[in-house]
Amino acid sequence: MPTFGSFALIIALVLAVYSFLAGTAGLILLRRGGPQRAWAALKLNETARRAGIAVFFAVTAAAFVLLHAAITNDFSVAYILHHSNRALPLPYKVAALWSGQEGSLLFWAWLLSSYGLVLRLRHKVDVRLVAHASVILAAIQVFFLLLLNFAALPFALMTGPMARDGNGLNPLLQYAEMVIHPPMLYLGYVGFSVPFAFALGALIMKYPGEKWIHITRRWTMVTWLFLGCGIALGSHWAYSVLGWGGYWGWDPVEDASLMPWITGTAFLHSVMMQEKRGMLKVWNIWLIFITFMLSILGTLLTRSGIISSVHAFAQSPIGNWFGIFLALIFVVCCFFFIKNRDHLKSENRLEALVSRESSFLFNNLLLLAACFTILWGTLFPLLSEWVQGTKVTVGPPFFNRVTIPIFLGLLLLTALGPLLSWRKTSLDSLRRNFAVPAIISVTAGVLMIAFGMKPWREISEAYSWMAIVLAVLVTSTIFSEFWRGARVIDSHTGEGILRGMIHLTHRNTRRYGGYIVHFGMVVIAIGLAGAAFNQDKEQELGNGESMSIGAYTLVCKSYSQDDNANYEDESAIVDVFKGGKFLTTMYPERRFYKASQQASTMVANHSMLREDLYLVYTGRNEGSDKPILRVHLNPLVMWLWVGVWIFVIGTLVALVPNKAAVSLRKPVQEQVAAMAEGD
Amino acid sequence: MRSSFQFSVSSFEKRLLSAILLLMFALPLTGAGADRFNTLGHRMMCSCGCGQVLLECNHVGCPRSDGMRNELATGIERGDSDDLVLQSFVQKYGATILAAPTTTGFNRVAWVMPFLALAAGLSVAIFFIRRWGKMRAAETPTPSAIDSTFREQARRETEL
Repeated sequence: MPTFGSFALIIALVLAVYSFLAGTAGLILLRRGGPQRAWAALKLNETARRAGIAVFFAVTAAAFVLLHAAITNDFSVAYILHHSNRALPLPYKVAALWSGQEGSLLFWAWLLSSYGLVLRLRHKVDVRLVAHASVILAAIQVFFLLLLNFAALPFALMTGPMARDGNGLNPLLQYAEMVIHPPMLYLGYVGFSVPFAFALGALIMKYPGEKWIHITRRWTMVTWLFLGCGIALGSHWAYSVLGWGGYWGWDPVEDASLMPWITGTAFLHSVMMQEKRGMLKVWNIWLIFITFMLSILGTLLTRSGIISSVHAFAQSPIGNWFGIFLALIFVVCCFFFIKNRDHLKSENRLEALVSRESSFLFNNLLLLAACFTILWGTLFPLLSEWVQGTKVTVGPPFFNRVTIPIFLGLLLLTALGPLLSWRKTSLDSLRRNFAVPAIISVTAGVLMIAFGMKPWREISEAYSWMAIVLAVLVTSTIFSEFWRGARVIDSHTGEGILRGMIHLTHRNTRRYGGYIVHFGMVVIAIGLAGAAFNQDKEQELGNGESMSIGAYTLVCKSYSQDDNANYEDESAIVDVFKGGKFLTTMYPERRFYKASQQASTMVANHSMLREDLYLVYTGRNEGSDKPILRVHLNPLVMWLWVGVWIFVIGTLVALVPNKAAVSLRKPVQEQVAAMAEGD
Repeated sequence: MRSSFQFSVSSFEKRLLSAILLLMFALPLTGAGADRFNTLGHRMMCSCGCGQVLLECNHVGCPRSDGMRNELATGIERGDSDDLVLQSFVQKYGATILAAPTTTGFNRVAWVMPFLALAAGLSVAIFFIRRWGKMRAAETPTPSAIDSTFREQARRETEL
């Protein structure tokens, strides 16, 4: 079977190379060959498209072989020996496909070929544009297949007799969310190849109009959604598994996933200016180029060992491959941009500082500033070593201090943006729309201080206070937008405000779905603000002994040891009381995985809207035989995960096509008469 | 099963010893001392290579964090200033022990650059918006009275 896998990868490479070369030749022929050669060019492009489709089947076969080897414990394959073992549960054997360098690259190539399959099957949307995009995707595919065939071989065989068992999967990865977190991230990273291919294709062929944006909008949003979900799942995994009580550590690999998401967010906003007013064409095309390049940069950072990170794959020479690929992408983008930049002239210009367009522009600037800060902080250790010969650490204190003000600025713009009209907004109308939300948010700020918050005590508390005040401001502006629109519909249909809001959302899913996404971000911001008030405590806790944190009392009921084929474990059973009343029982656990000879914690977390009670079994005192527990009390963490769900719902709403205007219940003549009376 | 836990037994003993020492040193650290322990502990990284802030490193069997926390508690107990505590850690573990660049020398660039970039971006954007706005104002003819009437009517009719 492994030989078949290697063979499938070679076939895939040959097909991808053909798809790229034949597609390129076909497009050149189509442009320069004149009408007499058009037929031949179209035929050539069609064969390239079919070869692209066939790549999917070849890569699928290779992925299937690796999966089969994992499930059947074929330890003659080096990758399986290093990332699986016999006692590993089936879902984790499947996850082994993306748990190591070679397997994850194969998975990447498979996802790319799947996206390519969908794109090539839907080529009738616009045959020429899709042909350009298809060639660009084929080029990217060639790169990954070259890697898989020459630099990171997933089917490399072990020499000598076959090992009886494998080394096992990293214990930190043996967690349900880890089965879906990497695929989500990869769907995001790989997915940005599609809008990139369309954007570059549109630039190469000087595509008229903004249709390419309409075609790629859904692709971009779906990709952006996947990447967002991947980041959120990663945070939730870190929170649930790593046992340090946090969800974001500003690790370079985390940063690498956040950067393309941020530029993708900027693109989704600024692209509206191009659609509505034909502006920012250069900006938009570079935003999507940069987003794709950041996806590749993230992979480069993860796999090259340039930056030290707890998440990074082993250091390997494939970092050089990614470096060269990144440089090549940049050169190609620059070449076609310089060649065809006349095609990207704006049809309109910004007219006023206070307008919807300006708010989008400032939103983009802040997002790019956040992205630049993260990139700068990630790469600064290298720069420091180069300039002053000393490596420095750029960790959470730097990122928190620099990025939080930028994100607060973004929240303010999120509140202001919807209240501004296109072209120009008068200060009067801004004041009229902004007064009530501003009063509500200021009142919320004063109430928080009245209830004991002291923003002047510490900078983290000040940031939290500001974040919550701005969150209230954004929520009130979003609600006022829904309210005003629903009231108009209600006055026409008499269906009530709530149904009016639903109709409103149906009629403009993109706008109101966007507001729901904004609301999700607000809820996430509130969750993040809670981190300023975290508490923790570590204590040895024997049978019947208790400890207190905040309003909670924890009593150790018992503790035990257990053993199974995959791991040995120690755990404690802890009863939790609040105000003397029993609340719940928690089971913090520590495992020792036999195959990998590594230990890992299984956190027990009781999550409530107000706070999380988070228990880590850190070890056991062999002298007294008592477990040692670390307890964290983390306020508002659940809001983060609720916010992510709202973000997902909002994005899905924005993806739904608009419905036609609501049917009016009252006869039109009656309404006209009523309006005339009103006048 | 026992044998596989031998490694962790000794690690637990070390951990317990460290915890007791920590308790001894940390107990007198009430009020400002405890705050300083927390603040300084969040300004340093664990030296074991886990990439976590010192007070947040609790991965199983960490060979360094307990010892470093003890050193920190001792420094504070001795009455060392924040700078002196941090300096002693830098001397012992190297500059990478600090969780963020200092605000001296070339390291200042790390802090300033993001805000400089943002300020430059905003200035350029504002400059061009104003310039284009003026150009447009110069091109647009003065609205006549009838225009204002129509504009007012349109505003009333389209206002949500």
